[in-house]
Amino acid sequence: MSRPSLPVRLLRGFGRFWWDLLVGDTPELFVAVVLIVAAVAVVARAGHLNALAVVSLPVLAVAALGVSIARAARRRT
Amino acid sequence: MATAVSSSVVVLVGAVFLACAVEMVEALTIVLAVGHTRGWRSALEGAGLALLALTALVAAFGPALVRVPLTTLRLVVGGVLLIFGMQWLRKAILRASGLKARHDEDAAYRAAVAELEGVPTSERDRVALVMAFKGVFLEGLEVVVTVLTLGTSSHRLGLAAGVAVAAVVLVGLVGVAVARQLSRVPENAMKMAVGVLLVSYGTFWTGEGLGVRWPGSDVILLALAGLYLVVTWAFVGWLRQRSGRIPEVAA
Repeated sequence: MSRPSLPVRLLRGFGRFWWDLLVGDTPELFVAVVLIVAAVAVVARAGHLNALAVVSLPVLAVAALGVSIARAARRRT
Repeated sequence: MATAVSSSVVVLVGAVFLACAVEMVEALTIVLAVGHTRGWRSALEGAGLALLALTALVAAFGPALVRVPLTTLRLVVGGVLLIFGMQWLRKAILRASGLKARHDEDAAYRAAVAELEGVPTSERDRVALVMAFKGVFLEGLEVVVTVLTLGTSSHRLGLAAGVAVAAVVLVGLVGVAVARQLSRVPENAMKMAVGVLLVSYGTFWTGEGLGVRWPGSDVILLALAGLYLVVTWAFVGWLRQRSGRIPEVAA
C-alpha cells in the first residue's frame, strides 16, 4: 500500500490531534459537555429561565466531573 | 467596571501563565535530555523550529478566529475549555489522591536519554533534532490552544500571547539554571490550578454563548473558580478517604 500524500497525512494528523484533545481517554467528559450545552440551551433560550441556567451550568459540570472521577476510581481500585 | 475587567484579566493571566509554565517544564525536560545526550546544537535547533511552527500556528489561526461572531466563538471555545479543563482537573485530582502516578520529570528525563542512547551514532543529529522538535511542538500545541481560545474569546489575544511568552522565557531561564531539578516543580498543584481556571472560563463562556446573563458579569469568574476549587478539594478528600489514605495537608 502506497504512503498517503502530505495533505492527507496533515489532515489526518490534525483530526487525530483534536480527537486526542477533546475525546482521548475520557469520552464521557466530551459527551457530558455536549449534553450540558444542550440542556442549558433549552433552559436559557427556550425557557427563558436565566437563574436556573446560571445554577445548572456549573452544577452539571461538577456532576460530570464527579461521574468521570468515580468511573476512574472504580477502574483503579 | 474596573473590578470586572481586573477579575477577567487576573483569571486569563493566571490560566495562561500556569498552563504555559507546566507545558514548558515538560518540554524543557526533553530538550535538556537531548542536549546533554546528543549536544546542544541539535536540541536547540529542534526546539527553535518547533517554536517557529507554533508561532506560525498562532499567527495563522489567531486573526481568523477573531473574525468568527463572538457568540458562536464563545460557545465553541467555552465547550472546548470545559472539556479540556475537566480533563486537566480529573487527572490532577486522581494524582493528588494517589490513584494515578504523578508526572515524574526525572523518569521522563531518564526515558528520553535511554531512547536516544539506543540509536546509532550516524543518525544522532537528525534523531536529536526530531526528538527536541516533537517534544516542544507537542507540549506547545496545548499552549497554543489555551492562548488562542482564552485570548480570542476575551479579545485579549495580545495579552495572552505576551503572558505565554513570559512564562516560556521565565521557566526556560529557571529551568536552565536548575538543570536537572525540574522534578521539584509542583507540577500537579499547577495543573490543578490550571484545570480550575480553564473550567471556570469554560463555564463562563459557554453560558455567554448560550445567552445566559451572569450576575456580576465577569466577576462571576472568581466565584466559579472558588466553587471549582472547593469541589476539587472535596473530590480529593473523598478519593483519599475511599482508598484509605491519610490526607495530606498540602497538594
